[in-house]
Amino acid sequence: MYSQLLGVAGGVALVAAVLALWRRSLLAIVRILALQGFAIATVALLLGIHHHEVAELIVAAGVLVLKVGVIPAVLTRVVRDTPNQRDTEPSINTATALVAAAVLTVIAFGATRGLVDLAPSPETELIPVGFAIVLVAFFGLVARRNALTQLVGFLLLENGIALVALVATARVSLVVELGAALDLLLAVLVLQVLTSRMRSKFGALDLDRLTELSD
Amino acid sequence: MLLALVLVPVLPALATAAFGWRPSVAWFAVADAACLLAGGIWLAVDVVDGDTAYFGGHILRADALSAFMVLVIAVVALLASWSSVGYLRSELADGHTTPGAARLFGLLVPAFIASMVLAVLAANLGIMWVAIEATTIATTFLVGHHRNRASLEASWKYVIVGSVGIVLAFLGTVLLSYATQHAGPGAHSTLDWDAMRGVARHLDPAVIRVAAVLLLLGYGTKIGLAPMHTWLPDAHSQAPAPVSALMSGVLLSVAFYALLRVKVIIDLALGATFLRNLLVVAALLSLVVAASLLIAQRDYKRLLAYSSIEHMGLVALAAAIGTPLAIAALLLHILAHALGKTVAFLCSGEILLAEGTTRIAGVHGLLARRPLVGGSFGLALLALLGFPPFGLFASELAIARAGFSANMGWVTAAAFSLLLVVVAAVLVHARSMLLGEADTPSVSPRTSRGAGVPLVAGLVALATIGITIWPIERLIGAAAHVVAQ
Repeated sequence: MYSQLLGVAGGVALVAAVLALWRRSLLAIVRILALQGFAIATVALLLGIHHHEVAELIVAAGVLVLKVGVIPAVLTRVVRDTPNQRDTEPSINTATALVAAAVLTVIAFGATRGLVDLAPSPETELIPVGFAIVLVAFFGLVARRNALTQLVGFLLLENGIALVALVATARVSLVVELGAALDLLLAVLVLQVLTSRMRSKFGALDLDRLTELSD
Repeated sequence: MLLALVLVPVLPALATAAFGWRPSVAWFAVADAACLLAGGIWLAVDVVDGDTAYFGGHILRADALSAFMVLVIAVVALLASWSSVGYLRSELADGHTTPGAARLFGLLVPAFIASMVLAVLAANLGIMWVAIEATTIATTFLVGHHRNRASLEASWKYVIVGSVGIVLAFLGTVLLSYATQHAGPGAHSTLDWDAMRGVARHLDPAVIRVAAVLLLLGYGTKIGLAPMHTWLPDAHSQAPAPVSALMSGVLLSVAFYALLRVKVIIDLALGATFLRNLLVVAALLSLVVAASLLIAQRDYKRLLAYSSIEHMGLVALAAAIGTPLAIAALLLHILAHALGKTVAFLCSGEILLAEGTTRIAGVHGLLARRPLVGGSFGLALLALLGFPPFGLFASELAIARAGFSANMGWVTAAAFSLLLVVVAAVLVHARSMLLGEADTPSVSPRTSRGAGVPLVAGLVALATIGITIWPIERLIGAAAHVVAQ
């Protein structure tokens, strides 16, 4: 039961990363990000219940607040402040995106076999899933040229890493996790300010307009 | 003591928060940087014999390597904050910046310096990572200080590329912790550097290999190693000069310090070959990128940025060689590059204020019209190209010697051939800026008051460590011993 639930949560997180590759509506992409955050909070919750650890439950609550609450709320505001830009042109079509996601997932599972072999358990089986999310999100990040999808791509990637961190290590240390969460939150706020400056200077979040600097 | 070193750099931010940016607050920042330098010297004396200082159990930790890095940070902070007094005053007078932007500058620069100090004093690889990520956040708005389209583009690229890079380093750090957790009976998950080094020989090679690649990609992005360097020329050329000096002069080296710390653990677990091969590729690629983009460079601030990529490539080569001689040369190179690049960027700020352009073709006859700034700029460029008597001559010679004696002759020869291309390219550009007839009379032929002092001080220090490395020889030896046992 426990390992099945873990698997489902990990699967949802990976599917979310793939969905975000080809969806066009920016609001939908932000909701997908929140869904992935929820899946990761669920993993933390399951770990906490299974190990009877209060610290894990606190981490789960923190993940829920940050990744399902605060960050999607900030991003939703960015989308709502950009009235004529609710949709984005995907520079990759759906079929290509799905094939790429499949290939990247296979690569991730192949490359991380050795990591699971070190300590096979229901938890560590999710390490390849985390790596697959990282690769798929990275692909989306470089393939799409919109400030908001790049930002979401970064956050999806970070979610994949958070998943690996949760399942691979018993405890990193609360200080480090707090610091990492604070850094993430600040980075999102910094990026939010940059998107609003971008909107006032360029009138759009289209990164193809960033052409001032080159060699 | 260690805690004070992290907290002292924050004080000017509090002063700015209370009074806004004003010259007296800026002078306070200079005095504060001098205190940091004094503290760094005190720490260096403390740990030069191979001792390690701790604070709060295992939160902060300083050995000779950390003390050396604190000195590098403090020296550049001193020069940069000194020069920023006049720089910001001129910018405010000319209307290039607003009091609000100056205030933000006064808040963020101290936060930036403090997080670099925290990074080199952290006992825990996780906290070190958090501090290095914090430098990205603190510097983003400094890159965007001028609030025009170009600096906005540079800050966006900087924060996206930098953040993605640095989270990959976090993933690598997590995997290191995962490996220590399964290092043997009784092992537990930890990121404490001492504890990890203790069990490093028992870490699972398959996991460490993946971690090593991720850590090199992640910290390599912050170091500006090719092919992860794309953000660097934009960010370093758009930031205001004192910030460029801090970013180019020390932030890159602080990121390299992080790589050196994890390299110790990776090498113990895998042997030196694995990371060496990766570092050699990154080093040569960085030198190729820097050399090819320096040849046709049109912007003198970007020229300095590509020169930083070149020097980080050399530092990566020294790290790949990895012998005690090579690591000592690497550290000397970090210090000398910090001084040379700081002076060069501070000069570039003065040139920009006076000439109003960053185009190489827009600046002529600098040496005749503005001997102090032009002369310092020329000398700093010569120093960065490795001419004697400056420190980089000594460190590059030592890197070459270490390379040939460690059976890496071919790689070293290739790297130094690329350096010749760099020398030729930069000399051509420098000649056209410094000599030649000025086609238009200079816009406002003035140098901000007191601007010459940090420039001359930096050059004198750079020549001193080139002629005799006596004051820091023992510290560098002890620091090299931390990395190359």
